[in-house]
Amino acid sequence: MSTVTFREALIRAMGDALEEDERVFLFGEDVAAAGGSFKLTEGLLERFGPKRVRDTPISEQAIIGTAIGAAVMGLRPLAEIMFADFAAVCFDGIANEIPKYRYMTGGQVSMPLTIRMCNGAGGGFGAQHSQSVENWFLNVPGLKLVVPATPADAYGLLRSAIRDPDPVLFFEHKSLFNTKGELPDAPAPIPLGLAETVRHGEHVTVVATQMMRHHAMRAADELAVAGIEAEVIDPRTLVPLDYATIAASVDRTGRLVVVQECPNSGSWGATLVARLVGERLEHLDAPPALVGAPDTPIPYSGALEELWIPSVERIVEQVKRTVSY
Amino acid sequence: MTGLADSASQTPALAPLSLDQALALYRRMVLIRRFEDTVQVLFQRGEVPGTTHLYSGQEAVATGVASILEPRDRVAGTYRGHGHALSLGVDPQALLDEMLGRASGLCGGRAGSMNVIDLAHGLMGCYGIVGGSIGAATGAALALKRSGGVAVAYFGEGATNQGYFHECLNFAKVHNLPALYVCENNLYGEFTPMEDVTAGRIVARAQTLELPAETIDGNDLWAVRAAAAAAVARARDGGGPQFIEALTYRFVGHSRSDPGAYRKPGELDAWRQRDPLKLTRAGILERYETADEAQLDATDADVERQIEQMIAAGLAAPYPTPGPAAEFKA
Repeated sequence: MSTVTFREALIRAMGDALEEDERVFLFGEDVAAAGGSFKLTEGLLERFGPKRVRDTPISEQAIIGTAIGAAVMGLRPLAEIMFADFAAVCFDGIANEIPKYRYMTGGQVSMPLTIRMCNGAGGGFGAQHSQSVENWFLNVPGLKLVVPATPADAYGLLRSAIRDPDPVLFFEHKSLFNTKGELPDAPAPIPLGLAETVRHGEHVTVVATQMMRHHAMRAADELAVAGIEAEVIDPRTLVPLDYATIAASVDRTGRLVVVQECPNSGSWGATLVARLVGERLEHLDAPPALVGAPDTPIPYSGALEELWIPSVERIVEQVKRTVSY
Repeated sequence: MTGLADSASQTPALAPLSLDQALALYRRMVLIRRFEDTVQVLFQRGEVPGTTHLYSGQEAVATGVASILEPRDRVAGTYRGHGHALSLGVDPQALLDEMLGRASGLCGGRAGSMNVIDLAHGLMGCYGIVGGSIGAATGAALALKRSGGVAVAYFGEGATNQGYFHECLNFAKVHNLPALYVCENNLYGEFTPMEDVTAGRIVARAQTLELPAETIDGNDLWAVRAAAAAAVARARDGGGPQFIEALTYRFVGHSRSDPGAYRKPGELDAWRQRDPLKLTRAGILERYETADEAQLDATDADVERQIEQMIAAGLAAPYPTPGPAAEFKA
């Protein structure tokens, strides 16, 4: 066991995947010579050479289009779209081509590719470089969405994403890159679709991913002082979603609060609530609640961005309201 | 008193600058440079969040082009847009306050470094997505058609590898739009040298779509003015979209976290010899018999005083408070 940063865990996962399977290759803007805009691919060019670790032009459509063709040819592309916001530039490939390939070809061709992208607010990067855009893809069947919160999850989930026979979008939160955590000496892949219950509690179920999981854990500590025991569940993947684990928890606590770093409209949290209400209304002792962001672009000024991102205080307040309902 | 450089003689429409006009353009270039130096310092002090992409080294391009434009024209800038804004006469205090995330900022602290806009000065937006300025200026040109107005798009050489570039230049050509596309070729797309990711010559990409296109020295204010004057005149006159590739160089990294380790040995020093501020100083002294170093030094000192006042005022300005939940909705 050793302590590593989120960044180091990602680099190790990519290195191990490149080592394990010669069909895997990494490409994107400044991923090779520069070691990544956020230094997330440092050292990989030196280890694996320019054929396997490749810089591309600033051409997101070409990156994603190329990933499609290479996947059809039997390679396992690991593409990087620097900021998740830029996925909008190559939306056609991600929404129209990649997720439909297996289905439209009657199962003849799968699309074993992984697209890594940085999401997340909190850095003052403004409205076009801060979004958590997972919800854009929630309405597109055929895409797996991975949202790790810890170095160990980043490692294990990225390994599984790259091994997966189908397309995976892998989101890396900018505010987590320098966070630290334990990683086993011989870490194993973590299956996609398994939530982790990161804190046990009996009064309320709190579901959150990435940065919001960490906010939720701090909120849970504060709530414990007030005598409220929150169960915190990190789904780790939004598609597939480990609904069974969340539902079982809500059956016990009778209360649900979802925390998400995005507007609530059209969100994964809203979808989860809709399903729980539809299927298990009799288990609920309070209306399920969403703690999300306002329906506005992400403001640049720190004074406003801080208010936009769901805070520990807002989570605490909502949980108290839900528990006292 | 001598006139303009030889290149200007190709453009009879371009009247020579008076010394005062030349000094005013020099002042604007110094303001851009010192503004960028200031943003860098304030960034390092933690006063400017996020990231910044500085225009240092490219001042002659925006200043030269803007010196040709009229109030009816529109400009779309990039995330490296502070220079695009200042060249148009945008209030530097409001721009600095925006960087500082203050309520008095150009966009009330909502935009930040990459997305400023100032319609009153013709700046229709700055775009954080590579190539976004090309699309926006093309649309503005559509709106300006037959009005005599021209829309200018700035973008880097990296953007010429984006779909926006090819789609919009074609669109503008087939609709004969009054657009001027100014590619600021600073040789690097983020950290990657242009030649590693760019096939062929950039100017040829525009030429193949039959846009009048030329490559110029983007650090030479007079060369930029001459090319822009000719291109803008053609566009105003119904000649359709125009293309200029301005060769230049950024003296700083791509963004705040980039020390520029990828530069070739000696490259930065070589370009520093061709610093557009130095060239403009020399150009003024050469062209105007009554010009002297003291005037130029006085300009530098004057900008320095202005910057000091701006920093003090900016740091004292209040932070924004949120509007109602639906702020800025239609």
